Amino acid sequence: MEKYVYINDRPVLWEGETNLLDLARKAHIEIPTFCYHSELSIYGACRLCMVEVEGRGLVTSCSTEPWEGMRIKTHTDQILQLRKTIVEMLLANHDQECPKCSRANDCKLRDLSNRLSIEDVRFRRTREFKPMDLGSVCLVRDPNKCVLCGDCVRFCDEIQGIGAIDFACRGQEVNVAAAYGKSLQQVDCVNCGQCAAVCPTGAIVIKSDIGECWEAIHDPNKVVVAQIAPAVRVALGEMFNVPASDLNAGKLTAALRMIGFDQVYDTAFAADLTVVEEANEFINRKSKGGKLPIFTSCCPAWVKYAEQSYPSLLENLSTCRSPQQMFGAIAKENLPETLNVDKKDLVVVSIMPCTAKKFECKRPEFVHDGIADVDLAITTQEIGRMIKEAGIDFESLEPESMDLPLGFATGAGIIFGNSGGVSEAVLRYAADKFDIPVPESIVLQEVRGTSGMREAILADGNLKIAVVHGLRRAQELCDKVVNGEVDYDIIEVMACPGGCAGGAGQPIVHTQKQRQKRTSSLYHADRSMPMHRAQDNPFIHELYETLLGEPNSEKAHELLHTAYRHRRRIDDDELSISVGDAEDRCKVRVCVGTSCYLRGSQDILAKTLQLVEENAWGNYFDIGATFCSEKCDKGPNVAVGDNVIHKASLDQIKELITEEAERRMQ
Amino acid sequence: MSTQHSAAHSFNKVMEILDRYDRCETKIIPILQAVQEEYRYLPQEVLTFIATSLGVSPARLYGVATFYSHFSLEPKGKHILKMCDGTACHVRGSTAVIDAIRDRLKLSDKKITTDDMMYTFETVSCLGACGLAPVLVVDEEIHGQVTPEQALEILDKIDAEEKENA
Repeated sequence: MEKYVYINDRPVLWEGETNLLDLARKAHIEIPTFCYHSELSIYGACRLCMVEVEGRGLVTSCSTEPWEGMRIKTHTDQILQLRKTIVEMLLANHDQECPKCSRANDCKLRDLSNRLSIEDVRFRRTREFKPMDLGSVCLVRDPNKCVLCGDCVRFCDEIQGIGAIDFACRGQEVNVAAAYGKSLQQVDCVNCGQCAAVCPTGAIVIKSDIGECWEAIHDPNKVVVAQIAPAVRVALGEMFNVPASDLNAGKLTAALRMIGFDQVYDTAFAADLTVVEEANEFINRKSKGGKLPIFTSCCPAWVKYAEQSYPSLLENLSTCRSPQQMFGAIAKENLPETLNVDKKDLVVVSIMPCTAKKFECKRPEFVHDGIADVDLAITTQEIGRMIKEAGIDFESLEPESMDLPLGFATGAGIIFGNSGGVSEAVLRYAADKFDIPVPESIVLQEVRGTSGMREAILADGNLKIAVVHGLRRAQELCDKVVNGEVDYDIIEVMACPGGCAGGAGQPIVHTQKQRQKRTSSLYHADRSMPMHRAQDNPFIHELYETLLGEPNSEKAHELLHTAYRHRRRIDDDELSISVGDAEDRCKVRVCVGTSCYLRGSQDILAKTLQLVEENAWGNYFDIGATFCSEKCDKGPNVAVGDNVIHKASLDQIKELITEEAERRMQ
Repeated sequence: MSTQHSAAHSFNKVMEILDRYDRCETKIIPILQAVQEEYRYLPQEVLTFIATSLGVSPARLYGVATFYSHFSLEPKGKHILKMCDGTACHVRGSTAVIDAIRDRLKLSDKKITTDDMMYTFETVSCLGACGLAPVLVVDEEIHGQVTPEQALEILDKIDAEEKENA
């Protein structure tokens, strides 16, 4: 039997919606809210979504379940006054520097204040101005614009499983902060930027590199080339009321040339190259009994996450650089000659859907003698703003084609922008090797979809693939891999919802549909391209013939592969628990980081301390705990003087300490 | 020697505390209370260590530690003075006592611990002993109906004891 809820006296069919806010949306009523996100847990903090329920009075619609025959009102005089008061109070403490705010055109607070016709704020400011966090190369946090809705906190914790930021302090002082009030750059933030993507105001925004980009373009000595990531072309149109179609790549190319870029290339070309390198790396590992599952390494947020949380899986990560970095390396190797420019005067700007790419291009392993492979990474949002700044009428631009050879890609490189795309592209490459039937349409439906964790079993069970997006799900999967509960061959991880298409560098998403539209546009682009397999790209062939030799060759390793290292979660001091005060003591450091801790390092530390105390060797040893000696796969790690012992056992350490003490007693 | 000995002792104590509460995330508050009792504050490195042990993010633990005014992330003095400035104490003259103590110890509402780490002076909102207003708590000992003169006498006494023990 059909059930109805009466919203403003009109019957609305209740089809299992779990809260009134969703039900009202279905009835074409947009109830204002800051803290309700269908992907996140219900928080009920902003109080903007109040509705009146007959017999119950005012309730928050986000956290109230409908019932049959329920009668609600959504805009009574009382409700409208209440909403106005709430927004006024938020505005009183909000740094209203709107014209200077990068979210000016996309701010929920500003929009709401406008919708509620607020003309005057009756309250005065009560909060003190707090300093901004400018430490990160990807994100800027401004606590003076925060409305405390907690969307960022919940995304980081619930979807990414990190919790790099949380609420700190209480009452008047409450604010969103990283651990110990540090900068994002000093903590376990992976730079995915989803906090900025869900922020309703400008309290967390993308760090702008627009100024530096213009500077390079305006410098007559510089040759500036652009690489455009796949996902950018299907989202940029949203900033200009242009429908998301693949044609936007052509419009963007034209716009970039008008701005002053000397050459426009395609990151999807480098993605094709990634497919060849990564597929061969996988085939090698699979046939020679190498480390499996192989994890993809295209997503810089995932790579940083793995480095700080799963050091024991770092050998499983593909050594392939991401397409952005492969492009940079090839560009800096080949273009100085082709474009007749000094290497130091060649500027590679990548246009990315991603905030973490800003961090990736600054990683020291991708900078040689002060010259970075990729000089600047700017996001879709930033290039959109530059196009507007230059006064270019994007909507009416005639599409242009990219420059060869680095501007030619196959559909395999294009679908990298979707979650599941890397897997599909690799499968298209390796299909022959594993006897996987590839349909005429070349669509491998098995790895497509929107679910956060998908699994495909191919080649009669000989090839098992898992595709995840969102780092919390990645974490669950990694735990299973570590515990030997699953035996996948390939695991594709993307940090952002839906993969790069849902990256935080993209225009702000207001509905799920918007994101799905990008995904289908990328698949559409693939379909309309002449080639769909990376191995068919003639310019990739040429690159191997002229520069790289074979896939995974020495030259390929030098330019296209990398290594990973464990990194600490938090920049912290050592935990000093010295037991003596004499100078020249033997320094003993026991790692108590997560990995060593799980392997019993605490027991070693406690017993070592006990041994030293019992024997009154305090003046011989300076004992301390350290959070990471960065060799987690070999833990527990203990340093006795200059001697670092991996896989340390208690007896072994006791013996060393005793020996050292005896030596010192003589 | 004794302070360094106690540093090692403290760390062992932290491990003991973690074990006592089964390294359970839901027992964060009693764990932090016990750890603070040991160190007199919550050192950052120790908090990170506890976060790792409990499997929660350091930011979450920092949030808990900063939510409750009981917890301190700054080292506190050897003697802790708490003056109640709730409504009852306030109308019965707590301000004069607060001013006298701050004046004597060269402290303010921002700087609450003396440079020699001997005293920490803080105000609290209500101790629930309004009948004794104004109330001063010195190292867990409650002094009711305090006057500025009495407060200074208490400080004189502690100073004298400290001199004797030194």
